Amino acid sequence: MTFRQKLKNSIVVLDGAMGTMLQDRGLPLGTLPEEWNLTRPDIIEDIHRQYLEAGADVIYANTFGANPLKFGDRTEEVVAAGISCAKRAASAFKDRFVALDIGSLGKMLKPLGDLGFEDAVNIFKRTICAGVRAGADLVALETMNDIYELKAAIVAAKEVCSLPIIATLVFGADGKTMTGTSPEAAVTTLEGLRVDALGINCSLAPAQMVGIVRRMYEISSLPIVAKPNAGLPGEVDGKTVYSLGADDFARDMAMLSNAGARVVGGCCGTTPQYIAKLRGSLDVSTPPPVWNKKRTVVSSYTHEVVFGGAPVLIGERINPTGKKKLKEALRSGDINYILNEAVQQEERGAHILDVNVGLPEIDETQVLARCICEIQAVTDLPLQIDTSSPAAMERAMRLYNGKPLVNSVSGKQEVMDAVFPLVKKYGGAVIALTLDENGIPATAKGRVEIAKKIVKEAAKYGIKKCDLIFDTLAMAVSADSNAALNAIEALDYIRHTMGCNTSLGVSNISFGLPNRDFINSTFFAMALARGLSAAIINPNSHEMIKTYKSYLALFGYDQGCLGYIGYASSVTSSVEERAVQHSVGEEGLKGAIVKGLKVQAAECARELLKTEAPLDVINGHIIPALDEVGQKFENKTLFLPQLLMSAEAASAAFEVIKSRFSGAANAKKLKVVVATVKGDIHDIGKNIVKTLLENYGFTVYDLGRDVPPQAVVDAVIRTGAGVCGLSALMTTTVQSMADTIKLLREQCPSVKVVAGGAVMNAEYAAAIGADIYCRDAMATVRYCEEQEKLLS
Amino acid sequence: MNVLTGNLKAIDRREALRYLGCSRSVEDMSGVEGVIDGCEREVLAVQNLKAVYSLYDISRGDGLNLGFAKTDSRDLEKYLSGCNKIALFAATAGAGIDRLIAKYNRISPARAAVTQALGAALVEEWCNTVHAQLTAQYGAITARFSCGYGDLPLTLQRDIFAALDVTKKIGVTLSDDCFMTPTKSVTAIVGIKA
Repeated sequence: MTFRQKLKNSIVVLDGAMGTMLQDRGLPLGTLPEEWNLTRPDIIEDIHRQYLEAGADVIYANTFGANPLKFGDRTEEVVAAGISCAKRAASAFKDRFVALDIGSLGKMLKPLGDLGFEDAVNIFKRTICAGVRAGADLVALETMNDIYELKAAIVAAKEVCSLPIIATLVFGADGKTMTGTSPEAAVTTLEGLRVDALGINCSLAPAQMVGIVRRMYEISSLPIVAKPNAGLPGEVDGKTVYSLGADDFARDMAMLSNAGARVVGGCCGTTPQYIAKLRGSLDVSTPPPVWNKKRTVVSSYTHEVVFGGAPVLIGERINPTGKKKLKEALRSGDINYILNEAVQQEERGAHILDVNVGLPEIDETQVLARCICEIQAVTDLPLQIDTSSPAAMERAMRLYNGKPLVNSVSGKQEVMDAVFPLVKKYGGAVIALTLDENGIPATAKGRVEIAKKIVKEAAKYGIKKCDLIFDTLAMAVSADSNAALNAIEALDYIRHTMGCNTSLGVSNISFGLPNRDFINSTFFAMALARGLSAAIINPNSHEMIKTYKSYLALFGYDQGCLGYIGYASSVTSSVEERAVQHSVGEEGLKGAIVKGLKVQAAECARELLKTEAPLDVINGHIIPALDEVGQKFENKTLFLPQLLMSAEAASAAFEVIKSRFSGAANAKKLKVVVATVKGDIHDIGKNIVKTLLENYGFTVYDLGRDVPPQAVVDAVIRTGAGVCGLSALMTTTVQSMADTIKLLREQCPSVKVVAGGAVMNAEYAAAIGADIYCRDAMATVRYCEEQEKLLS
Repeated sequence: MNVLTGNLKAIDRREALRYLGCSRSVEDMSGVEGVIDGCEREVLAVQNLKAVYSLYDISRGDGLNLGFAKTDSRDLEKYLSGCNKIALFAATAGAGIDRLIAKYNRISPARAAVTQALGAALVEEWCNTVHAQLTAQYGAITARFSCGYGDLPLTLQRDIFAALDVTKKIGVTLSDDCFMTPTKSVTAIVGIKA
């Protein structure tokens, strides 16, 4: 019997703790448990044998921490020895399985930590390769606090073997993982990655897991795993003891089994006695049934978005088609513009954000990957990866934290051949366009035929119908008066007869017509009434949101119309809005900046531009405001957040001015490169310096954090920067700053180096060869102004 | 080994303002207070307070044996004079605050700075709570002493992480440079007299 057969037919009993057993057998503090695979294999084998005798179907080899970060080049040896101990023990029993056990690497992935996703994948691969070679029957990924790290481990496993995978995360009593993942998001992401079983281990007692296991079981189409601790830890006479005895543990485990757990075992504090009691208390022949829940769902790292209930809004703003500002932002690498679009759409009520960066002159693969990661750092909405480049799609799907929505596949064979393997590997729901090699069928019937073809082809990859969302293509009604009707007929059939979810890029319908929102919102209402599950729209459009909120109230998705009432009372009429704007105008741009009022500053700048030249607005209002604030900061009559709020307000005003200004808004010649040095991931200080310098009209090139010395030098040479600002927060990275300065002196001796950061002072800065130490952002501005004077 | 969880209702505003460099000379707090209030609500909403602690016997002679590791730190030895036990703990305010900081770092430097300060004040307050528990349970007598204070090396963090199984117990990770993520985390030693 294989492990997959066992999993299919019955309850599976896992083993209990290894660490607890090793401590009892005298593992000295400070010795890594995996060392004993080599030095005390007899003890390891004996512990496995005890668990097998207790009735465990699966034993976890002693390889939890056997990774290159801890064991370096000895990793393979330690893993192989661990698997061998387990296999020797299991060989005396029938139908027992050895799992290669893999825990967290103990390092946090970016953006929270410093470990890159691909680095994590490669580290996991070494352990997994060694385990596979040594003959493991399955891979058990457990005790993961971060679902992103778990994804890296799963991708690694899939790329080096085809062994079954069981994946478990640590949840807190609040029902979330440490990085904020809900049970639903975990199930969605892990099912997308096609593991064999998924669930929860460690941290909680069995009774505390019941709610989480139940939530997982209700939605999952896979077996659920529960491996709790023996209650909560406490101390008696300096020894760690857990609150539940073996009998109590077995009793509480029955609750988990009733809640849907099909794969059960013990984590910290459990021993062979616990597993024996657990085995004895279970009726293994009647496992909780597992069936296809047929859910159309995507997720971020925190939550899921389900299709088929209340219609889903997909924000369309991050797509350069017809958007001059976004095109500029993409070309210049101005990620902040894109991030602000993301946050704004979230605030306006989008459930998912479309991300499309397709421009002929940029490296789409690289830019899309960067945007996906950066956007996931500012919003926890699920994303729709929108590209026609398979390479860009793969990279983005790989790095995405969650189960993405993929836009798109079509009935074209070539496109299906490229997209479906990616969905199979990384998971995802896919927007499927009902067009093929012959174009878009004129009739609804033709579009339905293509939809059926796509369903069939997807099935060849094991992609379920529920992971396809059909877009029946809204085309310009100005060119074809039946365009709206055909799209809606097709979507009605697909939704109600084929039972699949549907989506439309709503605004295409009004192409070529004036006042497009009128047509768009009416078409949107028609489509919603006929079964539209999701719409790609502009969430900034009042007409569209109005239609959506009204639809929810009218179609029973808004209990007591509370959502509608909340929305309607938040919308001010256009007459009132104008009055508000006017009173803001009285404040004056300078006042708005000094007070740090962002919206008002932008509004005032817009007003002023009606009567004044852009440069006059900058020199007559913004710069005096910044000077006043800067001076107050230096006099300590205002403090850091106020300085920054003013800087943000000034930036908002600059944005307005830039859009009216064809030439460079930056009046200054000096260019500045800023970076947090290699080894340092703290960048708040550096970002503050950047914001202020930009306010003062300097051109700033921000290299980010953890920047290698040569990259700093290259940027200075490439940009011709006159000043290079380096920041270090940690004592350990002062050396790295020294290295960077040394290299700058060798390769571009004319650049002035500013050193800053928490560990710096004037003495240190001089010692490592910086031109000046600046204690804060204002000091850096003052220094750059001096340098600017030397230039002119 | 013991694990604690918690939830705080408010953050010490004075402490947070101190981290932000707010002095008496600041004239007008209107405007910025609204931002701080908003950030405080967000920080409190994402807090995920956890701690793990354990008790160790210590001994002297050829350096200081802390029960989980040895150290040559003179400063710590002096600090623990009169103690024959220590409580060692690791505490965190959770990863949600780091997410907020990462977000605002990209879109609002003002909120990034404020969130950073509030997070620091929150974890400090959580440490006070844990410390109070240690005092009640073991009669701890000293203030907290952490790696990086005086001559106690940052590298001792590695031994602390191994001894308390910190990553597994409360989800905090350690970088090669011995910095913790979530960043709003603290490890500390507290002295106990028998």
